[in-house]
Amino acid sequence: MQSNNSAGKVIESNLGTPPYSSLQTKTKKRKVNTVLFWFILPGFLIYSIFYAGPTVFALYLSFTDWNGVADAYNFVGLSNYKELLTDSPIFTQSLGNNLKFTLTVLIFQTILSLFFAILVAKNSKKNVFFRAIFFFPTIVASVSIAFIWTFMYDPNIGVINSLLNKVGLEQLGQSWLGNQKIAIYSLAFVQFWAHTGQVLIIFVAGLQAIPKELYEAISLEGATKWQTFRHITWPLLAPSATIVIAYTTIQSFKAFDLVIAMTGGGPSHSTEILSTFLYHEAFTNFRFGYSSAASVIFMIIIAVITVLQFKLLKSDDVKY
Amino acid sequence: MKGLSKNTLLIIYAAIVLLPFSMVLFTTFKTTPELYRNPLGLPDSWSLTNYQDLFMKESMSTYFMNSIIVTLSSVAIIIFLSSLIAYAIFRLPKKIGYILFGFFVVGMMVPTQVNMIPIYLLINKLGLLDTRLGVILVTVGSLIPIAVFILTGFMKTLPEELIEAAKIDGAGEWKIYSKVVVPLSLPSIATVTIFAFVIVWNDLLYPLLLLKSTEVKTLPIALLSFQGQYLTNYPMIFSGVIIASIPMILAYIFMQRYFIAGMTAGSIK
Repeated sequence: MQSNNSAGKVIESNLGTPPYSSLQTKTKKRKVNTVLFWFILPGFLIYSIFYAGPTVFALYLSFTDWNGVADAYNFVGLSNYKELLTDSPIFTQSLGNNLKFTLTVLIFQTILSLFFAILVAKNSKKNVFFRAIFFFPTIVASVSIAFIWTFMYDPNIGVINSLLNKVGLEQLGQSWLGNQKIAIYSLAFVQFWAHTGQVLIIFVAGLQAIPKELYEAISLEGATKWQTFRHITWPLLAPSATIVIAYTTIQSFKAFDLVIAMTGGGPSHSTEILSTFLYHEAFTNFRFGYSSAASVIFMIIIAVITVLQFKLLKSDDVKY
Repeated sequence: MKGLSKNTLLIIYAAIVLLPFSMVLFTTFKTTPELYRNPLGLPDSWSLTNYQDLFMKESMSTYFMNSIIVTLSSVAIIIFLSSLIAYAIFRLPKKIGYILFGFFVVGMMVPTQVNMIPIYLLINKLGLLDTRLGVILVTVGSLIPIAVFILTGFMKTLPEELIEAAKIDGAGEWKIYSKVVVPLSLPSIATVTIFAFVIVWNDLLYPLLLLKSTEVKTLPIALLSFQGQYLTNYPMIFSGVIIASIPMILAYIFMQRYFIAGMTAGSIK
């Protein structure tokens, strides 16, 4: 799709270059331009004032020691960054939790969504119905998802412990969100429970794009199911896999609502992740400058993942 | 045999997805003591007391209205402004178009928590703290990037001849935009509408940051405050969850194809 567009662009720009026509189009376009800039202006202003501007201002704040209330504040250079990177156990712990959370989600969400995508890839009535069910949690507010799973995990009346009791495994019963060792994984489970059905659709689209003739050809050669997957499905699915992996990584790295509503980052910061760390530093501890520095680091991490995604997508030019 | 085991797997996954939701629905018909006595089973009676209480004791109808106002206005403004931007990018000389496209789309890389402090300060300075307008403006600003990205990508595929033909007929830019390009772009506009609708209706961060009073709170932030208020009164909290989800569920049942397409386009950003 992307390559098609860029090819189209090349053709267009080549067609537009005969020297004699350029003067003509220039005078024509100048008249058109002013109206078009009025088209852009309202959106430009709202985006600049309420989103882009504040992002730049966050960078500025990160070099100050402002507490959000006082009139005066000092420039402290890089000391917020220095403190974060060398002398902030909670920041380091949050980063670690981000890593545990993201990796757990990434592994389970990618494997499960691929597995079930293969099962429901064909457009039969039954498969469309199952896809709709799997996708369903995506449209429910994450606050609601958070409450639902707080209840499922409830140590006394929660479904999980009740079910374990029923099948005689009560020794496995736990305070799923209260145990510092496992709380972050309990949250990760909820995240991929809610979003596996979403990325599954990306795999389904990728699978449907694979030409049927390839499957026919390899089955004529007597390939096993595993060989078919290994030699046809997997290599041709690589672009979809890149999208799924990048999207899952970014989405789970940015998780916020689930954690705020289920544990608030506790117990004792064992589920604190970068996004909630930022929020607490700013609006509980009133360290606006410090929190801004953390948010700049957060943004850099996301930017790096995004750029890597684009690089990978470009290099994954699979030919049929 | 093989088909059977495949179906079994699909049914197990569907059950894992649907079981929690059905537990929630059953719970809303129970009283709290009943829930502790019988957490897993069906309710003794299908009583709507919890729903009634939410509307009587809590300002549920106000929250609901607020969510509708914030969502509808935000989505309408996003669609209108972003389609104008996408159209202009599509029509402007390639170089200027690319620069503008880059300027808008780079915003997709910024996680919403990154600029929340400056946004809070700005809205406070403008006297818009605790107003729906404040939330709407910030929401629009935050979703313009993805909307411009999807709409521009679609408009690029429109045949130039159509626009040239309209121009020869003497149509101005506004007319070409409203009479030719927007009608042709309806599939991508539908995609962005659904995507933005789900995001805004369910958004927690901006209401949490900017809204405090009952009169302006939206559903997600109201649910969050119920949690503090009712602690483990799950029947009450879940009745709120059901009410907050109903519009989305109804829309999903009737338009699931568009929902799936819209949310997927939004994810491939």
